[in-house]
Amino acid sequence: MSFRVRGRRVRKWFFGDSARAFGTLGVLLLALLAIVPAKDRFREWLGYQKEYEILIRGRTDGVALAKRFQSGVQQIWLPERDVTDRCMTCHTRLKETSLAGVGQPFRPHPPIPHSLTEFGCTICHRGQGVATTVEEAHRSTKAWEEPILPAQYSEAGCGQCHRDGLKGTPQLNAGRVLLARYGCVNCHRLVSPEGGASQGTDRPPSLKRIAEKTTREWIYFWIKDPQAWAATATMPNFGLSDADARDVSAFVISQSSPGSIAPAVATNDAGAAAGAELYGESFCASCHAMQNAAGKITGGDLAPDLTRVGSKVRPEWLAAWVKNPAAYLPGTMMPHFRFDEKQIGLLVSYLGRKQDSYFPANIRLEPATAAQIAHGQKLVLEKGCAACHEMNGVARPDNFAPDLTAVGSLPPARVLLAPGVPRTLPDYLAAKIREPHAFGREMKMPRNQFTDAQVEQLVTALLAQTSRSQTFPAALRRPTPVNVTYQPAGRAGQLMKDLRCLSCHSINGTGGSMAPDLTWEGSSVQRAWLLDFLKNPNTLRPVLIRRMPRFNLSNDDASTLADYIMTAYQTPAFDREEVDATKLTPTEASRGKSLFYGKYACNSCHIVDPDNDKGYIGPTLTQAGTRLNAPWIFHWLKNAQALRPGSLELNWNMNDEDAWAITAFLMQQKNTRKPGGER
Amino acid sequence: MRLRFVAALIALLAIAGCHRPGAPAAIAAIAYGNAIVMVSGDHQAAPAGATLEQPLVVQVNDADGNGLAGARVEFRGSGGASFYPATGLTGSDGQLAVKVQLGSMAGRNSLLAMSRDKTGGRFDLNGAATALGYQQVLGRELAEQHCARCHDSRSTAERVSNHDNLGVTPHSLDDGLATNSLGTADLVAIIAHGGAAIGRSPEMPPYSPTLSVSEIDALAAWIRIVAVPAYGKP
Repeated sequence: MSFRVRGRRVRKWFFGDSARAFGTLGVLLLALLAIVPAKDRFREWLGYQKEYEILIRGRTDGVALAKRFQSGVQQIWLPERDVTDRCMTCHTRLKETSLAGVGQPFRPHPPIPHSLTEFGCTICHRGQGVATTVEEAHRSTKAWEEPILPAQYSEAGCGQCHRDGLKGTPQLNAGRVLLARYGCVNCHRLVSPEGGASQGTDRPPSLKRIAEKTTREWIYFWIKDPQAWAATATMPNFGLSDADARDVSAFVISQSSPGSIAPAVATNDAGAAAGAELYGESFCASCHAMQNAAGKITGGDLAPDLTRVGSKVRPEWLAAWVKNPAAYLPGTMMPHFRFDEKQIGLLVSYLGRKQDSYFPANIRLEPATAAQIAHGQKLVLEKGCAACHEMNGVARPDNFAPDLTAVGSLPPARVLLAPGVPRTLPDYLAAKIREPHAFGREMKMPRNQFTDAQVEQLVTALLAQTSRSQTFPAALRRPTPVNVTYQPAGRAGQLMKDLRCLSCHSINGTGGSMAPDLTWEGSSVQRAWLLDFLKNPNTLRPVLIRRMPRFNLSNDDASTLADYIMTAYQTPAFDREEVDATKLTPTEASRGKSLFYGKYACNSCHIVDPDNDKGYIGPTLTQAGTRLNAPWIFHWLKNAQALRPGSLELNWNMNDEDAWAITAFLMQQKNTRKPGGER
Repeated sequence: MRLRFVAALIALLAIAGCHRPGAPAAIAAIAYGNAIVMVSGDHQAAPAGATLEQPLVVQVNDADGNGLAGARVEFRGSGGASFYPATGLTGSDGQLAVKVQLGSMAGRNSLLAMSRDKTGGRFDLNGAATALGYQQVLGRELAEQHCARCHDSRSTAERVSNHDNLGVTPHSLDDGLATNSLGTADLVAIIAHGGAAIGRSPEMPPYSPTLSVSEIDALAAWIRIVAVPAYGKP
């Protein structure tokens, strides 16, 4: 039987006469009408809600849970925050803490400082809030552009509003530090909603006088692979070929102004040994690292690694630098140490012998040709060297690299593809940071050697840069604390600038974090002690490795500084001279002693009696009576955090009687002997 | 006929297209041990979804208790923990190190390493890792800043331990034997009001004016989640 015959019979059966046709159409219409409720009947979320009802039915607290359960599509609608989230349709009881331990989608949300109903879900987690199917809500489809944020980048959600270094988001904070420390923001713009662009903290040196400092051979070696020179180098690797490095080094030397070359310095081996001692005494290692005999890098990370500095810099430059760093680099963080000529000779003898046998024996460059220099200049422009380094005749390029202000909202369609990299934004960002050249040899972006953890931190910080973060109402935003640029005034101010006090100490919100905040130092200490300390610093904390350098200050300079600190850096909270003698009696002191060792167990962290006390977290208090002012101790015991926010000292909230008693006890401590040695 | 050929070609291409070249080939054991032991990497904590800082290192031993090379170890985890690689052979020292990525939910992830002996009998090793939620990450940061100098006996260059200088030796914060018996209210009270408040050493100072209520809760949450043995029912 042919198809045609069969078709005719079927048609006759269904539509043979008007009654049959009517009946057939009626049945068809009914079937069509039934599709809508049927589709509703089998919605994915209904299944989850049923599952939830079954789950709570078997529980002892089932009745209470059932009472709080609302069926149907649930929605959090916050028009002013652009939130329409139906997540709680399936994630039925995000707030039922008693359900901890059950599987998804019924798990309660772990505790966070925000109310779910005030913020919704997608602000932090992304995904499609309005969707009510698993696929559309969580994953990226053609119609939806924002998949759920993988859990390891959760802190990116916080970072959209919090630019204030929230304590609970270490990964985000570390990523932001890396963006500044590795100079990413020198090329990429990253603007906060308040309008400020992020600034690098890497301080790339000016190259305008580089020929005075080093050789073309060293530049060649360095730009090919900075980390091969020093593992801690923050300059990235541009993947230059030998020829490219040869030409860039030729150009860098050629653009340098000749400058005035200082006379050569006589060095000798005996001087090197004495120079090593001076290096130690001057606490150069507080900022500079060096590889020790065991191959371990020890020292600070504020300044360049000096392991092979003798192969890097010219001895006559080193001598001039140590003499006064700001003469070569006005913006340097390095203090002016006031070394005399003999001391400079010792340091140059010591540091000049810190050489690498490989270098420069294995690097020989023929004199550069004009063509090589021209090619070098072309490369310098192409690679954007002047985005970081000042150079003669090369202007700082504007908008050299893509703006990263809203990189966290980059739609998947604009994510580049590389072999083996999944096409998601976090994977793309991670791959781009790890190996920029995987996306094409012509990519300008250089490569840094980041660990896996650092890449995750950087990606977290970048994912926080959403377009939404730019439009949040000001009331929600927690901006970076305003970066005030405090500069002390007058002659003492000049001196403090010269000594670069603010490289390590912070005053009035400006400065480094290596050393104590000096904002209220004048209220805290006694002038005689301060003067002595400035001339001959020692550590107050037995366990601290870092120590303040000795600056070889003249008596006059030291006393100018001491006067200024004592006058300018006083808290308005109390008067340091106002001491009630009746509170500081020997009786009170002996009561204070028992409080110190008993009720408050201060000796857990502080040493008063060097022979018996052991705690060494806080400063040694053997000289508290000659170092500190009594009202400072009193107020410190009551509320230390108000005087120095972030201090390790607790807010004891001590009552006045106890605080005065302990103050009396500490003011008796005038022992000049330090633990473990003579003063 | 041609139609059938084209259809077959399409089907073949489809199958070839579906085959993932990156799919790991099955790893066969070269040697069979008798026991599996933990070398390092157990009981680590990291934020949910993160990769543990240290790899999980296990060792397969032969009957004499010596490390056995070439034994096949397979890893499985609960709570969404995944392993890279998930299956591998032990090295010449009998050890195998794998990276562990935690699940995306805060909570304890159990880590299971399995191997087989000559008869095909399975032997296991159980480990654990902790995926931290926001509150516990905050707790960890606070503990590092305020507590670790005394409660952690290990010293680093940046943070020298005060542990051995104290009259009463502080418990390690992950010491479940010490903390699990304390109710959460007591734990919070010790942190907030100091050891003296519940008749313990005053060397544990009161943190309540220094840390906020939610910060102290975060510390308690951190102490609870890292406790070994684990706190409460798993």
